[in-house]
Amino acid sequence: MTKDECKKVVLDIIADIAPDEDLSNVKPEVRLRDQLQLDSMDFLDIVMELRKRHSIEVPEADYQQLASLDSCAEYLTPKFNALAAKG
Amino acid sequence: MNSHSHYDVAIIGAGMSGLAAGIRLAHFGKRVCIFERHNAVGGLNSFYSIGGRKFDVGLHAMTNFVRPGIKGTPLTKLLRQLRIDRAEFALCEQKQSRIAFGPRGETSLRFTNDFVVFESEVAVQFPAQIDGFRRLVAVIKAFDDVSLDAASVSARAVIREHLTDPLLEDMLFCPVMYYGSAQEHDMEFGQFVIMFKALFLEGFARPLEGVRMILRVLLEKYRATGGERRMKCGVQRILSREGRATALVLDTGEEITADHVISSIGASETERLTAASTAEPAVVGPLSFVETITILDRQPAALGWGSDTIIFFNDSPRFTYEQPSAQVDPRSGVICIPNNFDYGPDQALPEGIFRVTCLANYEQWAHLGDEAYRSSKLHWFAEAQHSARRFLPAVADETLSAATLATDMFTPRTITKFTGHFGGAIYGSPVKQRRGLTALDNLYLCGTDQGFLGIVGAMLSGISMANYHILQKG
Repeated sequence: MTKDECKKVVLDIIADIAPDEDLSNVKPEVRLRDQLQLDSMDFLDIVMELRKRHSIEVPEADYQQLASLDSCAEYLTPKFNALAAKG
Repeated sequence: MNSHSHYDVAIIGAGMSGLAAGIRLAHFGKRVCIFERHNAVGGLNSFYSIGGRKFDVGLHAMTNFVRPGIKGTPLTKLLRQLRIDRAEFALCEQKQSRIAFGPRGETSLRFTNDFVVFESEVAVQFPAQIDGFRRLVAVIKAFDDVSLDAASVSARAVIREHLTDPLLEDMLFCPVMYYGSAQEHDMEFGQFVIMFKALFLEGFARPLEGVRMILRVLLEKYRATGGERRMKCGVQRILSREGRATALVLDTGEEITADHVISSIGASETERLTAASTAEPAVVGPLSFVETITILDRQPAALGWGSDTIIFFNDSPRFTYEQPSAQVDPRSGVICIPNNFDYGPDQALPEGIFRVTCLANYEQWAHLGDEAYRSSKLHWFAEAQHSARRFLPAVADETLSAATLATDMFTPRTITKFTGHFGGAIYGSPVKQRRGLTALDNLYLCGTDQGFLGIVGAMLSGISMANYHILQKG
């Protein structure tokens, strides 16, 4: 998986949990919280959906890694690839 | 034990909070079953049929209404968390509501879903108080009302820092208390904030079909996520060992097991099931209500009652929110006219509905014989309706009788009979357990006694407890 594909995965999840947000202009380097109205319940949902849909575990200590799309991609892409390698 | 009798989570009660908790948990793959003793879902916000006519109980109006695009409020959080599209609830806004005080409602504050209307009414009726009122509203807006650890502060004390006119103070407390306070005379400030926002800063709405529409959406969602439910099957006992719930004994005598148990039935009611001795037993709420329902053969507008959706009334010098010594206290109450939501040009409720709610004393109703119960209902139906009509445009008794197709009334006894809540206490115990903790490690409370108020609050309570105790922990 590429980092761009990973960002798409995260955006798809946000689109489902917050359908009332406009995601057409999300800046990857800016914190999601600063450009969208997402609260701690929504971030918990991003984590829960990653587990449900993709079997990706994000321990609570790492939640801050999900701050922006760029940081999501940095943190999650290796996890996706490790999972794919395991088959 | 067969494989079907173990669940990740067992939920007691299929009211708003239990259903919402169930949806969250089932959506994330938990094996969930809701056990409900009654044959209908909804708990304190349910419905029933008599003679082919459907009656709603509980819900006057869904509070917390905000228009599309307003985010970060309880309604938006709820829709996101349950993956519900707001169009599914088909909410229609109130026309206007009033707080009417004085023997004939001489002092009246109108409010709508636009807060500026309420603020300008306060400015006109209480010019000396408006600066203090604005300061109070700023404090309310800034208050973190969803914190699970908020310190307990008297709402009366906070309000008196900003307002000096007891009439205005009482006029603010009346709606806020009637729509959610389990405590007499005063409230915890955090609870006041939740209700003030829900009623005034947000607003009232309702689906044309009333509470049934909301319940249907929740049920469909729950079914689609794979949740199970068992109706007419209550929980009789919660068995425990070493501080953990180990099994539930159902009304059928069956035993089921679950890793976690969420109970929406109330703190005292749950304690009774566990038979565990606790240092501080939960307190049963002192407040109950009666409600009269009058079905009319015409739209209320035809009687001149077409403008007000909800009226909170009080005829006395001070507003008294306490357990009455008599069966009912008709001095104050709430009028609801469900026809007076803006359903649009092509939709209307087929019949007129006029509902009046007043404070009542459970003990005075609980032990009556059949005949005394029937005659008490007749007596207080007339008293409550008579009291409320003082705050509406005058309609002759003969005209109202001629327009009346049917009447019904619920009492504190009805509430306990159908919901299992002790003391007919719709708003539960005055002592809330914000974190939902009980004497058992894996048994949590949600709903009324967890302490988020109103039906949106009830659903958020189920969501919060499912998140906090189960989903967040993996």
